Amino acid sequence: MPQETHRIGQGIGAAVPKLYWEDFTPGQVCEYGAYEVTADEIKAFAAEFDPQPMHLDEEAARASMIGGLCASGWHSCAIMMRIIADGFVLDTASMGATGCGEVKWLAPVRPGDRLRVRMHVLDRRRSKSRPEMGFVNVRLDMLNAADARVMTVTPHFMIECRPASSGGAEARP
Amino acid sequence: MRYFEDMHVGERTELGSHTFTADEIKAFARRYDPQLFHLDEDAAAHSHFGRLCASGWHTTAVYMRHFVDSELREAEAMRARGETPANDGPSPGIRELRWAKPVYAGDTITFAREVIELREMTMRPGWGLTVARNTAVNQHGELVMSFVGAKFAQRRSKS
Repeated sequence: MPQETHRIGQGIGAAVPKLYWEDFTPGQVCEYGAYEVTADEIKAFAAEFDPQPMHLDEEAARASMIGGLCASGWHSCAIMMRIIADGFVLDTASMGATGCGEVKWLAPVRPGDRLRVRMHVLDRRRSKSRPEMGFVNVRLDMLNAADARVMTVTPHFMIECRPASSGGAEARP
Repeated sequence: MRYFEDMHVGERTELGSHTFTADEIKAFARRYDPQLFHLDEDAAAHSHFGRLCASGWHTTAVYMRHFVDSELREAEAMRARGETPANDGPSPGIRELRWAKPVYAGDTITFAREVIELREMTMRPGWGLTVARNTAVNQHGELVMSFVGAKFAQRRSKS
């Protein structure tokens, strides 16, 4: 497991959520981050979960199709999760996600990259069988410092609806 | 890694099993997905999950470890036969990722991969694209995770 760092918060979750299903509106665009990726973290994640030479060893990576050391795509997903967790998920009445329509790895994530996540809220619907919750579909674009898209993910979030007792104050992700 | 020509549509590979401990679920969550139901038993008991469960990204990462280990074993077998294994190829992405059921602390998850399409790459003559359906099943036989993934595979040199 990579060393725990303190770059972007401790993230223990909100005792009282600020954001509910109603607060996610199609058309909203929000941006979160940044997160700096190091060669050590890339290699540590790869050693544990994806020990292919292009993620572990500079020299082997130069000889590969990708042309240099790059993060595992699953590491990019984990980093994206951390960025949005600190960005809004820990303040949200999150119930997790049922999956993702797609994950596209568009460009390599390299040591030294400074990553941000731009979220586009696409659509939402309230659960018919469980009216206390709803679904929110978003597109998450992960961008590097040059504003190039390195990854796109389209998760299907499950989020609790705002309870009547919460006072009904609206918030924004 | 194996070569594109060595794979065929319909081939199914059992990738092995992994038991998710509470400690590793929390360690992954502290680093990458610190939602309380992945971090704390008491909080998880009060959540809709009911018990401590792994981040979905933890499940996919452990799948990847089993897939890569299987490919590295193949590469070792090729070397033992005097062949040179293929280089590892990157993945352009995956689709239809489903976290169908929670992976709870103590669950033993078995991973498998089935090749569903092999695509020639006219733009990349040295490579082909392998498309595979990947699954993770718990000790009760229930599907917990699945996705369709694509990965470049090196072709055998014609020379």
